[in-house]
Amino acid sequence: MILDGKTPTGPIEKSWDKARFDMKLVNPANKRKFKILMVGTGLAGGAGAASLGELGYNVEAFCYQDSARRAHSIAAQGGINAAKNYPNDGDSIYRLFYDTIKGGDFRAREADVWRLAQVSNNIIDQCVAQGVPFARDYAGYLDNRSFGGAQVSRTFYARGQTGQQLLLGAYSALSRQVKAGTVKMHPRTEMLDLVVVDGVAKGITVRNLITGKIESHWGDAVVLATGGYVNVFYLSTNAMGCSVTAAWKAAKKGAYFANPCYTQIHPTCIPQHGDKQSKLTLMSESLRNDGRCWVPKNEADCDKAPGDVPEEDRDYYLERKYPSFGNLAPRDIASRAAKEQCDDNRGVGPGKRGVYLDYQTAIDRVGEATIAERYGNLFEMYEKITAENAYKRPMRIYPAPHYSMGGLWVDYQCQSNIPGLFVLGEANFSVHGANRLGASALMQGLADGYFVIPYTIAPYLASITPGTVKEDHPAFKESVEQVEAQINKMLNINGKKTVSELHRELGTVMWEDVGMARSDASLKNALKRIPEIRDEFWNNVNVTGEPGEINQQLENAGRLADFLEFAEIFAKDALHREESCGGHFRTEHQTDDGEAMRDDENFCYVGAWEFKGVGVEPELHKEPLKFENVKLAVRSYK
Amino acid sequence: MHLFTSTVGRKVLMAVTGLLLVGFITVHLLGNLSVFAGSEAINIYAEKLHSLGPIVWIFRLVMLALFAIHITFGIKLTVENSAATPEQYAIQVSQKTTFAAKSMIYTGLIILVFLLYHLLHFTLHVVHTGAVATLEPLVNGRLNVFAMVGNSFTSAFVSIVYVIAMIAVAFHVTHGIQSFVQTLGWNNGTSQDKVTAVGKLAAVAYGVLYVAIPLAFLFHIVKV
Amino acid sequence: MNLTLHVWRQKGPEDKGKLETYQAKNISEDQSFLEMLDDVNEDLIKTGKDPIAFDHDCREGICGMCSQVINGKPHGGQERTTVCQLHMREFKDGDEIFIEPWRAKAFPVQKDLIVDRSALEKIMQAGGYTSCHTGGVADGNALLIPKPTADYAMDAAECIGCGACVASCPNSSAMLYTSAKVSQLAVLPQGKGEAKARVKEMTDTLLTEGFGNCTNHYECQEACPKGISVKFIAKLNREYLKSLA
Repeated sequence: MILDGKTPTGPIEKSWDKARFDMKLVNPANKRKFKILMVGTGLAGGAGAASLGELGYNVEAFCYQDSARRAHSIAAQGGINAAKNYPNDGDSIYRLFYDTIKGGDFRAREADVWRLAQVSNNIIDQCVAQGVPFARDYAGYLDNRSFGGAQVSRTFYARGQTGQQLLLGAYSALSRQVKAGTVKMHPRTEMLDLVVVDGVAKGITVRNLITGKIESHWGDAVVLATGGYVNVFYLSTNAMGCSVTAAWKAAKKGAYFANPCYTQIHPTCIPQHGDKQSKLTLMSESLRNDGRCWVPKNEADCDKAPGDVPEEDRDYYLERKYPSFGNLAPRDIASRAAKEQCDDNRGVGPGKRGVYLDYQTAIDRVGEATIAERYGNLFEMYEKITAENAYKRPMRIYPAPHYSMGGLWVDYQCQSNIPGLFVLGEANFSVHGANRLGASALMQGLADGYFVIPYTIAPYLASITPGTVKEDHPAFKESVEQVEAQINKMLNINGKKTVSELHRELGTVMWEDVGMARSDASLKNALKRIPEIRDEFWNNVNVTGEPGEINQQLENAGRLADFLEFAEIFAKDALHREESCGGHFRTEHQTDDGEAMRDDENFCYVGAWEFKGVGVEPELHKEPLKFENVKLAVRSYK
Repeated sequence: MHLFTSTVGRKVLMAVTGLLLVGFITVHLLGNLSVFAGSEAINIYAEKLHSLGPIVWIFRLVMLALFAIHITFGIKLTVENSAATPEQYAIQVSQKTTFAAKSMIYTGLIILVFLLYHLLHFTLHVVHTGAVATLEPLVNGRLNVFAMVGNSFTSAFVSIVYVIAMIAVAFHVTHGIQSFVQTLGWNNGTSQDKVTAVGKLAAVAYGVLYVAIPLAFLFHIVKV
Repeated sequence: MNLTLHVWRQKGPEDKGKLETYQAKNISEDQSFLEMLDDVNEDLIKTGKDPIAFDHDCREGICGMCSQVINGKPHGGQERTTVCQLHMREFKDGDEIFIEPWRAKAFPVQKDLIVDRSALEKIMQAGGYTSCHTGGVADGNALLIPKPTADYAMDAAECIGCGACVASCPNSSAMLYTSAKVSQLAVLPQGKGEAKARVKEMTDTLLTEGFGNCTNHYECQEACPKGISVKFIAKLNREYLKSLA
């Protein structure tokens, strides 16, 4: 099937304004009659729930954490982009739009990206009004820093905790609505199924993580803002509880999963220290503003202390390969370059899987105090984890799975192919194409939550009668029974392996075969291994405890079960996409100097997969991508 | 009034009444120290106080109110705070707080009991009446305060009671002074350690000077 | 290294709970404290026992989910460190480690080391926001906020809402938590308008939610994994006094 993104026609500059005018509205007096279920309370979900509640809708919000404020958006460090052009360095909405399309390697929908760039400015204003303490200069004006993939300074930041501050801003708006009674919070509640009635999303089935009770909630619309799925790699920068579960449950009910193979491997993470590690820690991309990446030119120097490698024997490989962007090359490129150096046996640190990120030049230039002011908390975090002082000795970094550009397929209204199911933020696929630029995730989350969904949900709601399906509908009972059956099944396997052992096995396969460099052979191997691990899970996992209590093993088991199904579609997508673009790098498709080689003739489309059953071939639907405002070109950061 | 129900309001009340009470013990101490200037000085001081007439009574009522507020809320806060902490840790560690801070209710109660005793002793002459009964009145017919105090403190029991009470006062004030500064919002982050040090010094001074009086009589450094 | 752990185990809110002893074997000094507990849990699962339930999520010190009192100190007592960032190199072979949940009436234990911190939410809902609407706000640079003010607000805003301040307080007061938000919004022009009502309503909620009163012990400042200073409590007190005027 050819999918239609229903993007507005006409000049792109007017597209969002025109679309907003064309949308049907819901009468203010009728808004409270509509119940909207918001799953996830990070930047997109928190902002969305607060904004929809403020408009007068009856909102119920769900999160698995004990507070909306703990969603993993909180961990974003570096910043948020906006086309304010405050530094007068040539930025504009058009440039942000262009950079994002190009950064995404021409695999995103133009109109969605334009809208994102257009509302980016409103986001900054909104956050300032909430009291987000963005960095400012002595006169009181907002400060900017540079980020990868852009040659202008357009990133707003709050020390190294921008995500935290933006989330706390959204959380404060949400708290205000909770007090006002327009939003009801359901913390420690995990969505385990989407309830679809006659092809329309009408509610969700959840597990109360404290009592273990399986509950039904009806809604006139269901909005998923449940983040990304890179925990499929086991080791990633995501929080331990991040999962594909909510999105995958929707996919199993018919929602298409778009571009699952587009995952971002972030270049600046702390290298893995051992096989007992549970997660990887990101160091903000902003570090590349002042840090210089290098490895020794000679393999023999790799075991020496970095200070003992003379300047002329160091290979500042990003500056060498990409002279115009240098250390600020986009993430996919920087990650692959690091891997290349390590594959060339010039990596440093334990296992030789690491490169140096060196501050000496910057410290010599601006002084240690200024560097401490800019990145103090990151240096502190680095020292806590590695017991090394990065002011004295270069950091060691290595790429790690960080973000998923792919996600549930949505149209311009953020609505999936299931009417009534909307998807926001990282959980959808819409704006980042095949690679996300730094400081754009926060921008997208808040754009979707504050300024997109409040408009785009209205036409759908205006077209339905509120409250027609409630929890007494048989579809809810059926859903609860299914969820309970799966829980009981997992608890009664009583096998030999723990959930985390099996998750590690899956992660190893995904990282080795579906990671930074993918080949026909590696993907086929993964497609053989994933069902094997899945079978082992369903026959040999040991999930302890009872269903009716706090049971973290059970939670993890459920999430892993979904990853084990999802991973297959992920690998299939990577196998079918016979090109290299952004975060998807197929070794068969590269230029002579190792750069990604796109195939616009055959793959300039969104690949949206329809789940047909476990072990059954999924069906691929395509949404062709049209580039009318940006010329398709080979992405060059040289 | 919000001040009396709010958690911060009551803290402010504790701080302000506490400060005024510190003011009181300061004036009281200065008066008392006149025993070291010979029998005349303290008798003149006592005479001066009595001559103030109704002002003394206003003063006494104010003091009563200050004590009442400070004690009532002190007890109430302690009761609420212990209700808020029903369970204790198996391993109990303090990283910053002091013995003085943790024992405010105890030193406070010691001071309360002492206060009653002190009033019964020197103001109402209900206990240790022997010290007063045998005294010759002064030429103006007034009580010889110097002799009364001196006679009392030659008793080791009485002196020890006063010494214990004054040590309690010192501890109470140690926490009280810096706490006052914090509660009224004058701590800017860097001043706190200095204020704490000043508070400790002041508390030691109160303790040493107050304790010196009974001990001076007990050990006959000052003679009746 | 090998360690002896004494861990608080409690089936549910109604259970009395007690410390149980476990051995943590072959722990590497590069492991984080939670990874050490993961190891212990793997052993428990393999021997058919119920693993220790504990809260954790981001494991990089920012979400505020992790909440354990280790040897009497919330988050283990390392300066500016959450449990998830505490590494085993801080311990030595043969150490005995006591692990307990946050203890306060306002934080009832739900299971083992997991407590209910919803009381903190109520404090935020009482006024920890500016009442701005989505959309229709002024340009970000329309309000000039000089760097020292922005920095001060940011120092306060670093709070991760973990509740270590309450756990460490001899009175189980959440004053440091409350003061961080009150101070952040009180110094910013966008928060000043509601400052008076905010400080009153947020601090009143402290009592209704069962927290104790602040009596200036300053244990909170030592326990805070983000180094939030008690100067913000002084600021809150100042704001309260202003609200009376």
